[in-house]
Amino acid sequence: MNHFSNKQNPALRVIRFYIEGFRSMTLGKTLWLIILIKLFIMFCVLKPFFFPRFLGQFGSDEAKQEYVTDELVQRAIIP
Amino acid sequence: MITSIETSLIDWSRAQFALTAIYHWLFVPLTLGLGVIQAIMETIYYKTGKEFWKTTAQFWMKIFGINFAIGVATGLILEFEFGTNWSNYSWFVGDIFGAPLAIEGILAFFMEATFIAVMFFGWNKVSKGFHLASTWLTVGGATISAIWILVANAWMQYPAGMEFNPATGRSEMVDFFAVALSPVAINKFFHTVLSAWIVGAVVVIGISSWYLLKKRHAEFAVASIKIAAVFGLVASLLTAWTGDGSAYEVAQKQPMKLAAMEGLYDGGSGVGLVGIGVLSPSKVSYDDGANPFLFKIELPKLLSFFAQRDLNAYVPGMANIIKGGYTLPDGSIAISAKEKIEKGKLAIQAFGAYRKEFDKPEGQRDLALMEAAEATMKANFKYFGYGYIKNPADLIPPVAPTFYSFRVMVILGGFFILLFVVAVWYSFKDKFEKAGWLQWICLWSIPLVYLCSQAGWAVAEMGRQPWAIQDTLPVGAAVSKLSTSSVQITFFIFLILFTVLLIAELGIMIKTIKQGPAAKAE
Repeated sequence: MNHFSNKQNPALRVIRFYIEGFRSMTLGKTLWLIILIKLFIMFCVLKPFFFPRFLGQFGSDEAKQEYVTDELVQRAIIP
Repeated sequence: MITSIETSLIDWSRAQFALTAIYHWLFVPLTLGLGVIQAIMETIYYKTGKEFWKTTAQFWMKIFGINFAIGVATGLILEFEFGTNWSNYSWFVGDIFGAPLAIEGILAFFMEATFIAVMFFGWNKVSKGFHLASTWLTVGGATISAIWILVANAWMQYPAGMEFNPATGRSEMVDFFAVALSPVAINKFFHTVLSAWIVGAVVVIGISSWYLLKKRHAEFAVASIKIAAVFGLVASLLTAWTGDGSAYEVAQKQPMKLAAMEGLYDGGSGVGLVGIGVLSPSKVSYDDGANPFLFKIELPKLLSFFAQRDLNAYVPGMANIIKGGYTLPDGSIAISAKEKIEKGKLAIQAFGAYRKEFDKPEGQRDLALMEAAEATMKANFKYFGYGYIKNPADLIPPVAPTFYSFRVMVILGGFFILLFVVAVWYSFKDKFEKAGWLQWICLWSIPLVYLCSQAGWAVAEMGRQPWAIQDTLPVGAAVSKLSTSSVQITFFIFLILFTVLLIAELGIMIKTIKQGPAAKAE
């Protein structure tokens, strides 16, 4: 059984498909809420405040490269 | 410049990564396993047209959806940690992981994201065939995602197809197929995905058994058990087979891990496999002469057979690997850990010399010196990571967790084969509904299958310590120079966040299970 008219614009059919799908959700609404809260915590709290890219403090790829290669040499036990 | 890295920083960074990986792996196997089972059920609906199978598939799809929703994006936290806590490692491997992860992002993620919507919203809105195809494509997308992550992990265990470029300080892929199709990657992919199928099968059988214990939805429960038991039996036999392949690869590529898995300090020819054993706490060093076991039951010659396909083959123990001097399968003589450390130091010194010249303005570089340094580095690169090792004993992974995790995985794996055989027999003989004892065992097998699955990863990851990349980069060189307290804070943040999410998931899942398959599907 197909609820969508074949004469409708394909893009509109897809959009309507999603809108109706989201509207008819019950448990799915709770799950989406959890997903959105989780993504908010991850991208708006954890990532910027607790997980900045460590090498981001160096302006260019050359500076990153210099820092890491220097670390790789210095951390070795050189006699 | 601070050149020493605190042990506590390494331990906390590892603990944090382990916590997030364990949490992530609570969701992934059920997604992979239950996905296939629900797709099989929907295929039966497509073939027979019976509404019963539609309701059955829809119920398991709902459980799949809850698990998917709570688990989605938990893997991204691991990506955060690579950038923050393991920045040297990320830089070092950037070019190797770039291609596989890009393929995953483009192909698998979009495949999954597109078709999962049709799978959940499309009942009665698209044709049966299109819906079924969407379900299989969603499962396929999830499995393809797993391929690339596992290829990346396998590369860390066996870094094939790469070349280190001293000018950039990065490993560069020189052979894509050597990376993607290495025997370690192939075994890891099949072993991991098949074991995930076992998780899905046990969860289906366990939940269905709960319905039978509650005298509810008997027809649905027995039908689900039949599908899951056959599926689980096939998956568990194949998992055992690929497990043998994985162990063989470990014996070839990571002999220290194999020795730790077996608590084998002093190897030999015709070595037995420890079936059950208790390690002795008095064994504190590889060379203290203490007996490593309080007791053990050994299966004669089997370790030699599994490791080299020869009942009388030589298998080195941890002490042998450190001391060297034994004959390798290719006929050459194994060098000692001290020699490897010396060669590693040579490689790093040569790398340092190369970099010193490279950092000068282009016209002032001594090109002959750079060329000689690069040649020395390449000649000794096989042992590059050993240059960071202070003491040969540091090359031994934590033996007790590796040894016991391996036994938990294998013993429970064997138990699941038996469970599936019994479940197939009882369900197809129409005796399952009356076998209360079996229903209880199946229900309590749900936590056991998760324990088994996590134990497998514990063997793989603890057994390869101290390496972030086998023989190439130890964790001490891979970790970012952060304050230990900042890692401790994020560890506890994750612990709280993950616990809350897990409680939410279990709450929603238990509520949905209590409602049963008759409840409205979305």
